[in-house]
Amino acid sequence: MLEYLFKRLLSLIPVLFVVSIAIFLIIHITPGDPASTILGLEASQQEIDELNELMGFNAPIHIQYANWMKNVLKGDLGDSIFMRQPVTQAIIEHFPPTLSLAIIAQIIAIILAIPFGIIAAYKRGSVIDTTLMSVSLLGMAIPGFLLGLFLMLFFSVKLELLPVAGYKPLSMGLWTHLRYLILPSIALGTVQAALITRMTRSSMLDVLYLNYIKTARSKGIKEIKVLLKHALKNAALPILTIIGQSFGSLVTGAVVIESLFNIPGIGQLIMNSIVRRDIAVIQGVVLFVTLVYVIVNLIVDLLYGVFDPRIRLDGK
Amino acid sequence: MTETQKVQDIESIRVKYLKEQRSLQLRNLKSNRGLIIGSSIILALIIIAIFAPIITEFDAYQMKASQRLLPPDNVHLFGTDEFGRDLLTRVVYGARVSMSVGFIVCFLSSLFGLIIGVYASFYKVLDNVFMRICDGLIAIPGILLAIALMSALGASIWNVIIALTIVYTPSIARIVRSGALVVKEQAFIEAEYVQGAGDFRIIWLNIVPNILSPLLVQATYVFSSAILSEAALSFLGAGIPEPDPSWGNILQASKLVINKAWWMTVYPGVLLILSVLGLNLMGDGLRDFLDPRTKNYGKRK
Repeated sequence: MLEYLFKRLLSLIPVLFVVSIAIFLIIHITPGDPASTILGLEASQQEIDELNELMGFNAPIHIQYANWMKNVLKGDLGDSIFMRQPVTQAIIEHFPPTLSLAIIAQIIAIILAIPFGIIAAYKRGSVIDTTLMSVSLLGMAIPGFLLGLFLMLFFSVKLELLPVAGYKPLSMGLWTHLRYLILPSIALGTVQAALITRMTRSSMLDVLYLNYIKTARSKGIKEIKVLLKHALKNAALPILTIIGQSFGSLVTGAVVIESLFNIPGIGQLIMNSIVRRDIAVIQGVVLFVTLVYVIVNLIVDLLYGVFDPRIRLDGK
Repeated sequence: MTETQKVQDIESIRVKYLKEQRSLQLRNLKSNRGLIIGSSIILALIIIAIFAPIITEFDAYQMKASQRLLPPDNVHLFGTDEFGRDLLTRVVYGARVSMSVGFIVCFLSSLFGLIIGVYASFYKVLDNVFMRICDGLIAIPGILLAIALMSALGASIWNVIIALTIVYTPSIARIVRSGALVVKEQAFIEAEYVQGAGDFRIIWLNIVPNILSPLLVQATYVFSSAILSEAALSFLGAGIPEPDPSWGNILQASKLVINKAWWMTVYPGVLLILSVLGLNLMGDGLRDFLDPRTKNYGKRK
């Protein structure tokens, strides 16, 4: 197990190396020099040159990369020019809303999807199954931000039940927090719910007709127990995978949803930084989110062994 | 039995086999509801996009201050937008922009993905270089990579195409590579080598045709993802800039007037959903049709 973990962590190094180069290059191929964007139109050439020198933009690109990387490895993502604070600090401040949004979306998705998936598999070919599958197809075709707009239109504008947009932190009370996050979470979680429903259905179908299920039934075990304990447990692996993978995409999907609902999370941070050309923040956020994404996937892989002891993680 | 008779017999068996094969395929095709519904939706959208000037008599760019945000009526079937432009016209011309961006991205990333994937499977050195780059690019969440690229390139139609092509090429390259690795090991490739065929010939005449079906399926998903991503980018203001209409930037404008003009959200939204739904159905249908073994499994996002 430890050996496997070590190997996996080791294999992340080249990936993250390429990621860092890609991010760095993308930001630095940009035409126009950053200093003049930062200082605005009124800045004199001398001021621009001074700022460029100060920020190290005049150095050759590989030197700039090496300097940046040296700091990143120390956990220092640089300073935001606009917010006058370290990028790490900015990310830490903006991460809770994003995380909260992603977690609530994931909970909603799981609560809906797993029962739906089980029912659809159990009642295979029935009207319920067809309906659930059609709805889930539709759910996968609606982008989160569009569903968010529709929800906003219906619940906030038409029925005036929920706030149109905005964000209140958890410290202001759970209910206030949820009231602001419920629509964005549904918008964000629907695609995942659809995916998880389909995956649950198909992996339940894979086990539902196997002999040990017949055995369990013939022993007189209650149907619900057969479904949940015998079938679901053995069907859990692909479901778990898709949940894990979808959590990574929830964090990134939050970028668009946050901008729709004006939630001050990571997404808003990066969109604002793009407008201001705050290079250190853009680099930092993309690197940070990628890291989260990669780590979540790693954890999912490690959990395989916990859920299915037959899978040996040493790769033999 | 003479030699010629034998040959004729074999020939007639072959013809019969091919005929059966074809009728089986036709039957599969007819029973594949997803593929039929999906491609009908897409065909309809393509027709709408092509015949946009016939469908509507209004100008997609002409602003009329007196006709701002009119609700749908007989003249303006979908109402008007915040600049007094006919929304039906904007949505129909938006179909042109959104669908062609999606298609060009799908085509270019399939082409580059095919070349990269197939050559990576053939030459060890290229494999290490290309696949490490692809691993890195895939590790960056797609929409973030696209946003970062757009921030570097600046908002324009061609930059959206460039950014999304960079985002989607690695996933195609991976699929092509893994398919090509399997084909490469088969006996008929060895037979080609023995007969003196060069790498180039084998790659393009023997390997590529054999990996076209997974490529086609993946390309359909890339098509739908590209339409979605373009919409998301334009919605964020980092995609196709006004005054060119795209479903995404109409939706971006609709957010600001959501209290007053529901039609600006609903109509472009429905078309966006239809196009993605159609392409997803087509992709699932194609996969079942081309490879019946992998029925009903979750697709790669």
